Amino acid sequence: MSEPVIRVMEVTKIYDGRAVLDKVCLDVRQGETLAILGGSGSGKSTLLRLMIGNIPYDGGDIIGLGKSLGGMSDGEMADYRRSIGVLFQSGALFNSMSVADNVALPMREHTDLPEETIEIVVTMKLEQVGLREHARKMPSQLSGGMKKRAGLARAIALDPKILFYDEPSAGLDPVTSAEIDQLIIDLNRKLGVTSVVVTHEMDSAFRIADRMVLLDRGKFIVSGTPKEMKESSDPLVRQFVYGLTEGPLTDRRRTGGYEDELLGVNL
Amino acid sequence: MRLIIGPITAAVGAAARSLEFMGGVGYLMRDALGSARRALFSKRGRRLGWSNLWEQMERVGVKSIPIVSLVLFCIGSILALQMAPTLRDFGLVVAIPDIVSIAVFRELGPLVSAIVLTGFAGASIAAEMGTMVVSEEIEALEAHAISPIRLLVVPRMLATTVMMVCIAVVGDLMGVLGGMLVSRWFLDLDCLLYIRRTFDILKLQDFVTGLVKAGVFGALISTLACYLGLGVSGGAQGVGVATTRTVVLTIVALIAVDLLFTAVFFFLGL
Repeated sequence: MSEPVIRVMEVTKIYDGRAVLDKVCLDVRQGETLAILGGSGSGKSTLLRLMIGNIPYDGGDIIGLGKSLGGMSDGEMADYRRSIGVLFQSGALFNSMSVADNVALPMREHTDLPEETIEIVVTMKLEQVGLREHARKMPSQLSGGMKKRAGLARAIALDPKILFYDEPSAGLDPVTSAEIDQLIIDLNRKLGVTSVVVTHEMDSAFRIADRMVLLDRGKFIVSGTPKEMKESSDPLVRQFVYGLTEGPLTDRRRTGGYEDELLGVNL
Repeated sequence: MRLIIGPITAAVGAAARSLEFMGGVGYLMRDALGSARRALFSKRGRRLGWSNLWEQMERVGVKSIPIVSLVLFCIGSILALQMAPTLRDFGLVVAIPDIVSIAVFRELGPLVSAIVLTGFAGASIAAEMGTMVVSEEIEALEAHAISPIRLLVVPRMLATTVMMVCIAVVGDLMGVLGGMLVSRWFLDLDCLLYIRRTFDILKLQDFVTGLVKAGVFGALISTLACYLGLGVSGGAQGVGVATTRTVVLTIVALIAVDLLFTAVFFFLGL
């Protein structure tokens, strides 16, 4: 088994007195594509933000590329962030810059490469995601899928060791979603990049993931290969994986004290 | 008892929030000043910093010159017209250039220019920053190990400070021009006489104190706009709230700082 590049050790994150993540443990292994699954509000995006060092954790520790994120100096954190790439849910392109300038920005900021070389690298990265002919366009001229692909080109600009994807298929049509999935698979296979994908799109997760973990109410419920997840007998896993209308997730919503709330209303 | 404790608690809470706010603005200003050198003079900083700075100077300064010119022209004209009846009673119409030039150069030029710039650039910077927060652009910058302060705040702060000084000079001249033309058309005051009296009454310190104030006003406008913009939460509504707060708080802060400066200059005899 390959070495973990990220180790999440009993990490807790508290918002407004509520534990969004409660002593979560997770290893991300070198070269794998790990899908973190979970419904809305399960804490999966928070976990991603903790792993990229954008927010601090309240308990436990995260070891990223051999160093504790909590104990990193500003310089060490900058080094760590240069070694990772992040594709945000909306693409998060800088709207005041063209697609090419978006991709070039990390290189202009972190390397001494001459402009001519940067232009060549930008063309290569955009070709990888199929956006070479749209290099001069502004983000506002792109469709949702193109924005995500441009965001991906920017994320791989510095040839990262780990790529994080926040809901890469959300809001996309099935064909575009499949294209993005194929890009994730290609990057993983061709470049050997470790990928961490946060998603609730099961089709997409089954296409791309080597391993999956399911997060519910700030805790990991199960971890396994896509096959193991499909064959799981856990009712919560089955409901999530197959999108069933009956199961623990919907039961939980129905027992939310609705009657008490109605009876408590002063008419 | 509750009647006494309630207002005291509210006052203490408001004071604590105000202190926290001022501390946050102070920290942002310190961080921006700390990273200004690297943003502009380091090898990599030169590549992004200067192009950002020119872009912001054009956006903040060049584009606001027409509106500042118009407003200060009107202010100079209004001043001359408002004072004319009283001064005429004392046979002192000829003193209009003295009053207009001192008022405009020392006070109204920098202050009114700063208020116009708050609406023109401050609101726009806050809305821009807030939108960048909402659309995850700021988070993306941080995830790429790019400091938003160095890339976004420093150019805006420097551009607003430098351009505010330039705009104040243009505003001063337009204020005097407004007063002069009104005096010529309606009060039969010769233009050459007006200009001569303006030069006679104005001292270098009137000009310099106005420009010092203008520079500080510029830094204040951009720092508050960036601070409130970067602190946006709650989507589009949050952006709207930040923009409004930027305009209101900046105008209050400008007048408070202006009072402070005027008091200091008064006691220093400047």
